[in-house]
Amino acid sequence: MDFQEKLLASHIAFEEEIDLTDPIHQLRIDSLETFEAKGFPTRKDEDWKYTSLNTLIRKDYALFPKAETSIDLQKVKKYFLYEIDTYKVVFIDGVYSPFLSNTTHDGLDVCLMSAALTKSKYRDLINTYFNKIANQGDSLTCLNTSYTREGAYVYIPKETVAEKPIEIIHFSTGEEKSLWLQPRNLIVVDQNAQVQIIERHQSLKEHDVVTNSVTEIYAHQDALLDYYKIQNDLTSASLIDNTYISQDKNSNVKVHTFSLGGKLIRNNLNFYHKGEHCDSTLKGITILEEKQHVDHFTLVDHSQPNCESHQDYKGVFTGKSKGVFNGKIFVDRLAQKTNAFQQNNNILLDDKATVNTKPQLEIFADDVKCSHGCTVGQLDNDALFYLRSRGIPEKEAKALMTYAFANNVLESVEIPILKKRINLLIANKLGVNLGLGL
Amino acid sequence: MAYTEEELKKELETKEYEYGFYTDIDSETFPIGLSEEIVERISAKKNEPKWMTQWRLEAFRAWKKMDEPDWANVHYKKPDFQAISYYSAPLKKDKYESIDEVDPELLATFEKLGISLDEQKKLAGVAVDIVVDSVSVATTFKKTLGEKGIIFCSISEAIQDHPELVKKYIGSVIPVKDNFYAALNSAVFSDGSFCYIPKGVRCPMELSTYFRINQAGTGQFERTLVIADESSYVSYLEGCTAPSRDENQLHAAVVELVALDHSEIKYSTVQNWYPGGKDGVGGVYNFVTKRGICHTHSKISWTQVETGSAVTWKYPSCILKGDHSIGEFYSIALTNNYQQADTGTKMIHLGKNTKSTIISKGISAGKSQNSYRGLVQVHPRAINARNFSQCDSLLMGNDCGAHTFPYIEVRNNSAQIEHEATTSKIGEDQVFYCNQRGIDPEKAIALIVNGFSKEVLNKLPMEFAVEAQKLLEISLEGSVG
Repeated sequence: MDFQEKLLASHIAFEEEIDLTDPIHQLRIDSLETFEAKGFPTRKDEDWKYTSLNTLIRKDYALFPKAETSIDLQKVKKYFLYEIDTYKVVFIDGVYSPFLSNTTHDGLDVCLMSAALTKSKYRDLINTYFNKIANQGDSLTCLNTSYTREGAYVYIPKETVAEKPIEIIHFSTGEEKSLWLQPRNLIVVDQNAQVQIIERHQSLKEHDVVTNSVTEIYAHQDALLDYYKIQNDLTSASLIDNTYISQDKNSNVKVHTFSLGGKLIRNNLNFYHKGEHCDSTLKGITILEEKQHVDHFTLVDHSQPNCESHQDYKGVFTGKSKGVFNGKIFVDRLAQKTNAFQQNNNILLDDKATVNTKPQLEIFADDVKCSHGCTVGQLDNDALFYLRSRGIPEKEAKALMTYAFANNVLESVEIPILKKRINLLIANKLGVNLGLGL
Repeated sequence: MAYTEEELKKELETKEYEYGFYTDIDSETFPIGLSEEIVERISAKKNEPKWMTQWRLEAFRAWKKMDEPDWANVHYKKPDFQAISYYSAPLKKDKYESIDEVDPELLATFEKLGISLDEQKKLAGVAVDIVVDSVSVATTFKKTLGEKGIIFCSISEAIQDHPELVKKYIGSVIPVKDNFYAALNSAVFSDGSFCYIPKGVRCPMELSTYFRINQAGTGQFERTLVIADESSYVSYLEGCTAPSRDENQLHAAVVELVALDHSEIKYSTVQNWYPGGKDGVGGVYNFVTKRGICHTHSKISWTQVETGSAVTWKYPSCILKGDHSIGEFYSIALTNNYQQADTGTKMIHLGKNTKSTIISKGISAGKSQNSYRGLVQVHPRAINARNFSQCDSLLMGNDCGAHTFPYIEVRNNSAQIEHEATTSKIGEDQVFYCNQRGIDPEKAIALIVNGFSKEVLNKLPMEFAVEAQKLLEISLEGSVG
C-alpha cells in the first residue's frame, strides 16, 4: 500500500479518536475527497516544477504518534528564546506538551486548536475563520484539513498588544522511526492589535519526519503582525509549510523565513489583501549545504488599491544544494496605486549547487509600480582580494561577505534577542566567529 | 484633455487595418482536412524526394499523438485542424524566370503592401523572397547573390537543387517531435525560404522574406532554414500581413537558424498579421517555433516587432552550444483591442563563456493581454555564462494586462545572471510636459512609446526601423494612458 492510500485508509482510525460533532468535521470529509481526487502534487504541476515530493512519499510514515513522550527541558532549552519571557505552545511528536508550554487566556488567547475546535465558546470564531482563506483546491492543504486535530490557536482581541512574543515549537523525538505530522494553526489579530510570533520545527535526533503544516492568519484593520519562521532542522527532517494571510485595511504583516537546515522545505506563503493601504513584507534568508532543498513559493494578491508589498529573498547555496524561488505578484484591475517590489538574490558557492528562480508578475491595473529583480552570481573576487590583502583568511573573508550579503534581511527583525540568535546561527552555518559579540 | 482622449479612442477603434484587402488571384487550394494522404499529396505536388515524404509522414504521425499546448497565458477557441486547407498556391504556369512574368494582379498586391519588387530591386538593395499563402512566388536578386555562392531561394527549390544541405540541417535545430505546432508544420509545410551563406562570405545585402496569407479557409505553414557557414555573416528580415477576415486563420511557422563557427546571423521580424477587429472577431493565430543553434564563437541575434495577430505564441530561442557563443533577443510586443501575446525567448547556455542578452518591451492597450515568458538555463558545464535580461511593460488603460513569467535555472556556480522587470504606465506628467510644448497627446504618446522601445528599434536594420516605428504609432493611436 503506498503512502497516499494509507492516508486515505487511515482516516477511519483517525475519526475514532476525535470528536465527530465538532463544527468542522464535514470539512474534514470534503477535504479528504479533494485530496483523494488530486493526490500529491507532481513535477508535472507547474507550481511544483522544481520540487519533487517523490522521495518523501515513497516511504511509509506513522500518522498517529504514541500517546506522550516527555522530554527534559534542559535538553531543549536552547531551542527557546529562554533569555526573555514568552508565551509558548509546544508540541512533542504532534502532541501538546503542557509541561513545556506557557499558554494564556488572560486578555488574549494563546492555546490549542483542539480546545478551540471542541469548546462551544469558540464555535463562532471557528465558524468565521477556520479554513476560510486556505486554498481549498490545494491537495496538501486539503490533506492537512482532513486530519486537523491539533495546533496553535492565537486570538488577540481589539486594541490589545501582546506584551510577550509567542513561540510555537514542534519537537519530534524520533521515538517513531518515521513520522508524518500535520499541525494546523489559526491566528487572529483583531483591530488595532499587535503580536509577534516565532514558529519553529525541530527534530531531536536523525529520523524521517515530514511536517505538512497549515497556518491561517487574519490581520484585521490596523493590526500589526510580525511572524518569524525558523527552519534549522536536522537533515532528515522535511517541512511543507502552507501559510495563508488575510489582511484588512491598514494592516501590516511581516513574515521572515530563515531556512538554514532540513532536507526538503517548501514554503507556500500567500498574502491576500482585503482592504486598502495594506503593507506586506516577505523576507527570507536561505543558506543551504549538502543535498538540501528549499523552495519558496510566494503569492501576493493585490486586489485592493493603495497597497504595498516588499519581498526580499537572499540565498546562499553550497554543496549539491538546490534553491527554488517562485514569487508571484498578482495585481487586480481594481488595485490602482499598488507598489509591489520583489527582489531575489542568489550566490552559488559550489559548482554542483543549483538555483531555479521564477519571479512572476501578473498585472491588470495601469497605475501601478511593480518591479522585480533577480540575480545569480558569486562573491566578488576583488572584494575577496581586498579583505585577504588586509590579513583576513579566505574562509573568514568569504563568510564576512556572505554575512553582509544576507544582512539587510536581518535588519528588520524586531526582537533583538532573536536577531542575535539568527546571527549566531548564520555564523555557525558559515563556520566562523564573526566577532559579533555573541 | 478628457475630450481629446475620447476622440482619440474613437479614432483608434475605427482605425482600419490597412493591409486588410484581399486579392482575387486564381489559386489552387486543397480540400480541407488533414490525413496521411494530404501530407503525401503536398509532398507529391512539390515533387519531393522520398526521404522528404518520409520525414513529413514521421512528423504527421508524431503530431497525431500530441496534444495542443495550453500552458500559455492566452485564451482562444482551439482551431479545428480538420477544417483548414493545408495547401493553397497562386495558380501559375511554371517557374517565373523574371518579375515580368509574375501575375500582374499579384504585383498589384505588392504595390499595395508597399513592396514594389522592381523598385526594391533597383534601389533598396534588398533581396526579397515572397511567399503568398503557402507558396514562394518571387525571389529577387538571385543572380547577384549566386555570384558570391550564396543560396537564397524557396525551400522547395532548395529541396530539389540542394538536397544534401536541406537533408543535413532540416529538423536539426527543431526536431519534428519538438512540439505540437512544429510537428504540424513539419508534416504540412508547403514552402518558405532557404538561405545558405558559404564559408567566409559576408552577405552584401539584407535578405528578406515577405509572407502574405491571401486565401480564406487556409492555414499558412512556412518553413525557413538559414545556414551561416564558418565565418560568414547574414542579416535576414521577415515581414507578414493578411487580409481582414472574420474567421481565425492559423499560421504555424518554423524557423531554424544554424550559425556555424565564427559566423553571425541577425534575424529581424516585423510581424503584422491581421490582429482581428476592434471587438476581437477574426485575426490570425500565430503559433511559431523559432530556434537557432550557435557553434563556437558564433552569434545569433533575434529582433522582433510584434504588432499583429489575434493570438501570438512565439519564443525565438538560442541554443548556445559552442564556447564563446552569443545569443541576443530584442523584442517589442504591442497588443491592442482583444489581442493576446505570449512571447519571449529561451537562452540555453551549454558552452563555456557564453553570453546572452534579453531586452523585451511589452506594450498593452485596449483589452489586450501581453505576456513575457522566458527561460535562461545554465547547464553544469557552461562555465562563466553571462546573462542580462530586462523586461519592461507599459500599460495603457485599465482593461489590459501585462504579465511576466521568467524562468531562471542555474546549475553552475560561475554563472552571472541578472534579471529585472518593471511595469508602469505612461506618466501623466510626461504627457503634460509634451502638451505644454505644443505636442498633442497622440503625438506625445507615440513619442514616449518610441522612447520606451528605442533600445529594440535601434537593433533593427534601417528600412525596418522606419516601418516598425510607423507601425507602433499606427497601432497605438489614441490609447492615451
